[in-house]
Amino acid sequence: MTRINVTVDGVSYSDEVEPRTLLVQYLRESLGKTGTVVGCDTSNCGACTVHLDGTSVKSCNVLAVQADGHEVTTIEGLATDGELHPVQQAFHECHALQCGYCTPGMIMQACDVLKHNPDPSEQEIREGLEGNLCRCTGYHNIVKAVQQAAGAMSSQAVSS
Amino acid sequence: MTITDDRADASAPELEIGKARARKEDQRLITGRTRWTDNIQLPGMLHLAMVRSPFAHARITSINTDEARQSPGVVGVVTGEDIKDGQGLVMTAWPLNNEQKSPDHLPVVIDHVACAGEIVAVVAARTAAEARDAAELVDVDYEELPAVLDLKEAVKDEVLAHPDLGTNTSAVWTLDSAAQGSGTDVEDEIAKAREDGIVLEREFRQQRLIPSFMEPRSTVCDPTGEQMTVWSSTQVPHILRFFVAATTGIPESKVRVIAPDVGGGFGGKLQTTPEEFATIAVARRLGKPCKYTETRSESLLSGHHGRDQWQKLTLSARKDGTVTGLKVELLADLGAYVGVVGGGTPVLGAWMFNSIYKFAAYHFTVRTLLTNKTWVDAYRGAGRPEATFAIERMMDELAAELGRDPLEVREQNWITHDEFPFTSVAGMTYDSGNYEAATAKATELFGYDELRDEQRRRRESNDPVQLGIGISTFTEMCGLAPSRILGALNYGAGGWESATIRMLATGKVEVITGTSPHGQGHITSWSQIVADRLGVPFEDVEVLHGDTQIASKGMDTYGSRSLVVGAEAVVRAADKVIEKAKPIAAHLLEASVDDIEFTAGRFGVKGTDKGLGMAEVALAAWTGHNLPDGIEPNIDGEATFDPDNFSFPHGTHLCAMEVDTETGATTMRKYVCVDDIGTIINPLIVEGQVHGGLVQGIAQALWEGAEYDDQGTLVTGSFVDYTLPTSADTISFVTDHTTSPSTYTTLGTKGVGEAGAIASTPAVVNAIVDAVRPLGVDDVVMPCTPERVWRAIQAGRAVSTEGERDAQPHFDEDTPNQDPGASSPGSAGSAGSSGTTSDGSQS
Repeated sequence: MTRINVTVDGVSYSDEVEPRTLLVQYLRESLGKTGTVVGCDTSNCGACTVHLDGTSVKSCNVLAVQADGHEVTTIEGLATDGELHPVQQAFHECHALQCGYCTPGMIMQACDVLKHNPDPSEQEIREGLEGNLCRCTGYHNIVKAVQQAAGAMSSQAVSS
Repeated sequence: MTITDDRADASAPELEIGKARARKEDQRLITGRTRWTDNIQLPGMLHLAMVRSPFAHARITSINTDEARQSPGVVGVVTGEDIKDGQGLVMTAWPLNNEQKSPDHLPVVIDHVACAGEIVAVVAARTAAEARDAAELVDVDYEELPAVLDLKEAVKDEVLAHPDLGTNTSAVWTLDSAAQGSGTDVEDEIAKAREDGIVLEREFRQQRLIPSFMEPRSTVCDPTGEQMTVWSSTQVPHILRFFVAATTGIPESKVRVIAPDVGGGFGGKLQTTPEEFATIAVARRLGKPCKYTETRSESLLSGHHGRDQWQKLTLSARKDGTVTGLKVELLADLGAYVGVVGGGTPVLGAWMFNSIYKFAAYHFTVRTLLTNKTWVDAYRGAGRPEATFAIERMMDELAAELGRDPLEVREQNWITHDEFPFTSVAGMTYDSGNYEAATAKATELFGYDELRDEQRRRRESNDPVQLGIGISTFTEMCGLAPSRILGALNYGAGGWESATIRMLATGKVEVITGTSPHGQGHITSWSQIVADRLGVPFEDVEVLHGDTQIASKGMDTYGSRSLVVGAEAVVRAADKVIEKAKPIAAHLLEASVDDIEFTAGRFGVKGTDKGLGMAEVALAAWTGHNLPDGIEPNIDGEATFDPDNFSFPHGTHLCAMEVDTETGATTMRKYVCVDDIGTIINPLIVEGQVHGGLVQGIAQALWEGAEYDDQGTLVTGSFVDYTLPTSADTISFVTDHTTSPSTYTTLGTKGVGEAGAIASTPAVVNAIVDAVRPLGVDDVVMPCTPERVWRAIQAGRAVSTEGERDAQPHFDEDTPNQDPGASSPGSAGSAGSSGTTSDGSQS
């Protein structure tokens, strides 16, 4: 067992973990962060995407011990003071989710796409989300939601 | 029959039905406060891991569990022998006839394995990781048996999937328009056309697909309470409860099944699974709550697959292009066992091959076959995509034969809007539709004429990138299903749906539905329907579902039935609330019941301005202080609706594909669809259903296919190899609607869940073939990968340079398969072209 110190959604944790424990297992099984889900076993689906020090990672592809000393944000830590993140709001308004299973990972990845490119074209959004699978929406409304969120975030930035 | 639309009049407040409401369901899903089955943790809960057979067909000679039992954290290792008296049986609900062969499907096998992935033993341990570690230590000895893996080999009965059955044929089922009196004799029509008309014979492959819902299946069973509670990631909690009770001996009243948040299904969770039965059996044996969650690889291997047919089509027509006869001969792979509706799935297509066209004669036969592969059952559309693909490909082939525009040939043959209601050659009565209107709108949105002009220019200039236009004017039958028809088809249950509306003292409304949504947005749509019907605010309606203790009656969600059948039950339950409230309102208003009018949530007295709101009557019923004599203090309503007929949504889908003739690469340029799904409750949700369906259908055309090696190992066993489309592979779509309401339901809805998946596959393949038809190509086997398209082009060129192409190829009974694309997974070619040589690609 190895001791790790991780901050997740603003709370610091100190835990003993088996070295083979994946970050997603640690989040779900030790911390109860079940908003982050597992959709595959080959790192194809992206359902488990979280932010590690502000950058998106597939948490099935990161060992818990690699997160030692780092900061993790999950879907559960994205809204602030009960206020939805613009990407969450846009997913709701554009009907960018149906069953909702891919949604946490998709939203976290969309945030990352917009962080690096605040005004992406449709093609750039599509390529930015390529690592996240959705079986319900056909991606059409997800792309629309990311476009809408980009608009909302840029007008927010202007007004602030 | 007239269209009933007795919703509130124009002076009433704005209607909820038709409004693009964002979903009530979303808040938890976008913030991660979800209730997936795998999120459930119970005190003392054990985790299960399955030991699965690596062999497609084998006899188990011994199982040694000693080492696994001693592994850290292991509480028990259970074999089929250990639980043989109480593990139940995975059942089929739809034997096609009394002669159908259906091997016993044990959740945990005892001595015979019929496909790779079957469960041989179950390990229960403190953690999931410990269970998996120990599963590796279970030592199983197998005696491998010859496996039958190919559908056309299976017909020969030389190698048997289940040797004790003596044959691989499960059932043969036929629909003959001449025998049932709905049309003439197909052989007569074909004979006439051979003399003086056109006969087209083609063979198409419906490849095997994997539903690939995003949430892997998971089951938790808690056997420690008064009732045994089972949470499962299922579309069918009510069917699961029934089968657990029916096959394990546990009284039905002792079984509670809950489908919490369920992450997609698409038919893939329309099943009662070995994993569910095994989890229940192990939890009961150990007396502890147990959880099993599959890995994605297990899901792809052991969750049921879809499609997998060979389709042999013979179409006869007059020289002027009028279709006369259609003969359909199907071979359908059931895999190793007959699933809950596995046998019946191809039969759901039996009424749909004739589609919207006025054939005089029709004959359909399916032979269902057992093989040593994963079992096959419903996948989005279930039987109807297969039918739609075949007929829409054939209509394009007919147009090519005639040298005419494929849209014009369809129009010549389809049912016109003034011919409804129309009884089809298969015997189904289509109540409403307007194919002209949908097509006119679609061609305009698509820019059909402009794209045809561009296609002509590219052909004339020998552009290496050719443009193809694909058409699919589809219909489907939805709203499963009238119980008496299901009874006549030997189905084991009814097709009704149930709803209860509870009026709470505070005026809030609880709607209990027997449908079991897993992404479709029933909570939002049902709220809109009830808000209009009872005149209460949308926000005041709560919808409860998916728990057999709350929604005790239900037939669950599949077959585009929930809105058509389930919401109709909700409407009728609401009407009962109104009828029960009327005498109470009359009493309180000191009026006669006959003078009470209910409009927009208010009980008024005719000719006066006196009235009471629904909430006031609900409160009066709850207090019971001042009710008329003989009236119970309760205005709740309950209804069970059994439909009289199916519903028949339709639409026109148009697809433009660019094909690089040098590489075989294809690119989707534009996709337009205009669907007529009857009345639309929530356009936002409807569009979402169409988008998702489109991409699943497009994926069948272009990317997906479950492939096995010659040992019976699934080689597309992970998302690395089973290639779901990504956002970068797909485009944005143009979707629109025309509306001809269903005449069978109060709301006029027809169903939309499967439309996109049914219609889009042939539109894409027709577009690809259309692009390269001048190069001698008349088919590309799905999925139309660049390699297959390239090979088809090479084969086509070989034909056009090396010899005369047979314009009307006919089946040669001695040749097992004339589709060069099917003989090896990597090749493709033109179906039935006897002039095509297998080495054509070398030229």
